[in-house]
Amino acid sequence: MADRITLEVTRYQPELSTAPEVESYEVPLRPEWTVLDGLNYIKDQHDGTLSYRWSCRMGICGSCGMSVNGDPKLTCGTFLSGYAPGPIRVAPLANFPVIRDLIVDISDFLKKLVRVTPWISRPDERPVSEREYLQTPAEMEEYQQFSMCINCMLCYSACPIYALDPEFIGPAAIALAQRYNLDSRDAGAHLRLDVLNTPDGVWACTFVGECTTACPKDVDPAAAIQRYKLTAAMESVKGFLLPRGAR
Amino acid sequence: MTDHLVRDAGERAPLYRPHVSRLWWVHRRSYRLFVLRELSSVFVAWFVVFLLLFLRAVGQDDAAYQRFLDWAANPFVIAVNVVALAFVLLHAVTWFNLAPQAMVVRLRGRRIPPRMIMLSQYAAWVAVSAVVAWLLVGR
Repeated sequence: MADRITLEVTRYQPELSTAPEVESYEVPLRPEWTVLDGLNYIKDQHDGTLSYRWSCRMGICGSCGMSVNGDPKLTCGTFLSGYAPGPIRVAPLANFPVIRDLIVDISDFLKKLVRVTPWISRPDERPVSEREYLQTPAEMEEYQQFSMCINCMLCYSACPIYALDPEFIGPAAIALAQRYNLDSRDAGAHLRLDVLNTPDGVWACTFVGECTTACPKDVDPAAAIQRYKLTAAMESVKGFLLPRGAR
Repeated sequence: MTDHLVRDAGERAPLYRPHVSRLWWVHRRSYRLFVLRELSSVFVAWFVVFLLLFLRAVGQDDAAYQRFLDWAANPFVIAVNVVALAFVLLHAVTWFNLAPQAMVVRLRGRRIPPRMIMLSQYAAWVAVSAVVAWLLVGR
């Protein structure tokens, strides 16, 4: 195995140019090194102005998502050796505006996330002294898979619907809405229905399934969306057939 | 220092917004398969139209039925139907494979494995095909 590999890194420096350009860097090819290690090497040894997000280096903070050879990946869990002999193309996450180099603007996702009430919502909040909402293992299993989301946005980057229709609320936000809808302690499903049962909610999804392929935590957002379509359709039928008080 | 490097506090540099090409689906196998699956619905609709034309011909008289058969035996119509059949098979197989993701079925409190949901659809398909084959050939 060669001892070096080339990273072709997309650079966008708004003070220097109006469009991104690709720059190549050679980094050591070590079996234990990830793409993120390669970027850190570039920043230390070649060019200190290279900008990118990262934090935990263990696949849980969700910061270091980038496009690696066209696939959305957490760069801390993507090994250089898997792409030998290279070169490896490293670009910012697709479908997001780019602020600088490999850093994308995530404000659209954050706005959408808040809209689905991603917390336990109850009308009868008990005081702290008596607040203990017990749950059986079976009740927890209902939503646990969807609770593994780390907001890394790889699913948005993989989703062609989001690319074509930026108003689409998107895979992670819907999966997180389901995470709370399926939680036995939650009573806020009606709040989420108004956001999700819309043309830009679950009905924008055409089940491409790439969100699930891209997800590094096996959340399966595509499943969350399809399951919610059934719920949303049932609620629409109920809303049409039943008087207001009986829904 | 040039003007564009001097910015007021709080003023942001322009974002780069990538352009989505009309051929976004060409470069990735999974996107191509998805677009083919979406396109397959046109051929499903074609088979519905074909079936309705057939029913209308049957409902009229022998001459109309014979005219329909002659039209359906036209090489062009046969070619369209062969292509349509391929797309309808793609439609069926891809949706059968996706169905377990969309369905959570519980039996006596236990979740039925996704594989079983997929296989049960294929089993139903084989059963219905066998009944149709028996109606056409076996009787």
